[in-house]
Amino acid sequence: MTLGTRGRAALLLALGAGLFVLGLTIGSTGWSPLTSADEGLRQILWDIRAPRSLGAWLAGALLALAGAIGQGLFRNPLADPYLLGSSAGASLGLAVMLFFLGVSPASTVLALRVGMTGSAFIGSVAAVLLTLVLARGVEQTLRLLLAGVIVGVVLGSGTALLTLINLDVMRTMQSFMLGSTGFLGWNSVLVLLASLALAGPVALGCSRSLDALSLGEATARSLGVRLALLRLLLVAAMSLSTAAAVAQCGLIAFVGLVAPHLVRSWGNVTHGALLLLAPLTGGALLLAADVAARWLIAPQELPVGIITALLGGSYLLWLMHRRHASLGAKR
Amino acid sequence: MSAPHRLQLVLNGLALDGRPVLWPLQFAPEPGRWTAVVGPNGAGKSTLLRALSGLLPFDGQLTLGGRPWAAWPARERARALSWLGQNEGGADELSALDVVMLGRLPHQAWLAPPSAADHAAVQQAMAQTQSWDWRDRPLAQLSGGERQRVLLARALAVQAGVLLMDEPLAHLDPPHQSDWVRLAQAQARAGVAVVSVLHELNIALQADRLIVMAQGRIVHDGAAGDAATHAALQEVFQHRLLILQAEQRWIALNA
Repeated sequence: MTLGTRGRAALLLALGAGLFVLGLTIGSTGWSPLTSADEGLRQILWDIRAPRSLGAWLAGALLALAGAIGQGLFRNPLADPYLLGSSAGASLGLAVMLFFLGVSPASTVLALRVGMTGSAFIGSVAAVLLTLVLARGVEQTLRLLLAGVIVGVVLGSGTALLTLINLDVMRTMQSFMLGSTGFLGWNSVLVLLASLALAGPVALGCSRSLDALSLGEATARSLGVRLALLRLLLVAAMSLSTAAAVAQCGLIAFVGLVAPHLVRSWGNVTHGALLLLAPLTGGALLLAADVAARWLIAPQELPVGIITALLGGSYLLWLMHRRHASLGAKR
Repeated sequence: MSAPHRLQLVLNGLALDGRPVLWPLQFAPEPGRWTAVVGPNGAGKSTLLRALSGLLPFDGQLTLGGRPWAAWPARERARALSWLGQNEGGADELSALDVVMLGRLPHQAWLAPPSAADHAAVQQAMAQTQSWDWRDRPLAQLSGGERQRVLLARALAVQAGVLLMDEPLAHLDPPHQSDWVRLAQAQARAGVAVVSVLHELNIALQADRLIVMAQGRIVHDGAAGDAATHAALQEVFQHRLLILQAEQRWIALNA
């Protein structure tokens, strides 16, 4: 049985909605019915669990979108959202903010004004810009990848230095590094939603050019694709999605890498379908991981990043073995 | 097919990574004729084709329909000239039909779904290369030859007035090589300026016009049956060819 793109999208949306209801009812206090008359519980439902669940779905969708863009743009199935230094930049931004929190009253005021999400977002975007400068624009894909690696390493060591100097920074950083959906509020949801509303249409608008690019850069150009413009738009969409997600949820592992592969494993898709289905898949994935994180050892809570890393890692391992077997049978 | 525009290349020199690859030369593929570019390895044949398709920067001028290359909007240009590269890789996940439909990209408005004309062009191109039967199979599941026929259909689906092909016979078995020759001849008869870089001399000798290249220069330009052309071939291939006539056709054997 084959399902069209629309059928799959509807199923994934329904899955997301189902998980959202589950996300409302499951918390550290255990199972709670939606229709409770208890004022306190209603407040928990709508002010804490609802934005957290919605935010988790949106962040997963953004990461998956960034991953799908990266894999298409760099023609590399291992590309992930953090490829251009986004994660290292976000970490450094946060570390710098936390570091200045205790230096002087003036710097504390400034640091508090920028805030955790603000500093992570600025750091993430700045890191991608640095990567672009080092790669001297978007002309060469390989140079972009290398510059991304270099920026990641250098900024990572900067973060390590700051956390060594000030151990309090390390403690606060920990949950960020592991990825957490615990800080998501309605404001975060708005930011994430706005980012998805911007980056999603841009990516979908470029989907046919990405298909052409899969035949090689020369062929794409011969078909009238303006490569420089395409790369610029997609790098912008990718880094906006990643920066928004990372700033709100920290370094969530594997969702951006795995979601596009999951979509591909259901059947061959054009980029138009992939860029639509991957975010829906990523959203469902991260929301499911979030629900599991709240539920598995309740009333304690697991960092959601650990669950996505475990799930994503084992899925990739399984995919690798399955691919290997089918390739072996074919050749 | 869009109105055929004449392509004209006047090249003063082309360097790749600082190393000169092409020396001064001129080339203008004629509409309605099939031109084959031949020469030993490293003669600059593929580079010439890339320069001709505006894919490489060089010192000189490239004009299409009398208008400088850079003055053309990218999409209009892409409708006028179709290029089939060597080892077009990737696209493993796309179905054969999706790949051929990419040839219609320059004809489609942004985000618009494929029109009836697009579907007709794709079907015709895939029928011409006998690849219609596996239109729903992903490229990854096709053999080298089947894949090449899909990519060829992709180039045909553009329906451009200039068709440039770099080693289009890669992986094709003899019957499909013959089919390809008929295809090139039919395209030329329809008014298309067909240019192909070929390693198979026996196929190239069936073209209307032969460009013989060596060491970054065009050393000869003439009809495939001319004695002068055969002499030029002998010259660039170190006199190690045996050029014979059999059943009205010229064949080149290694000697």
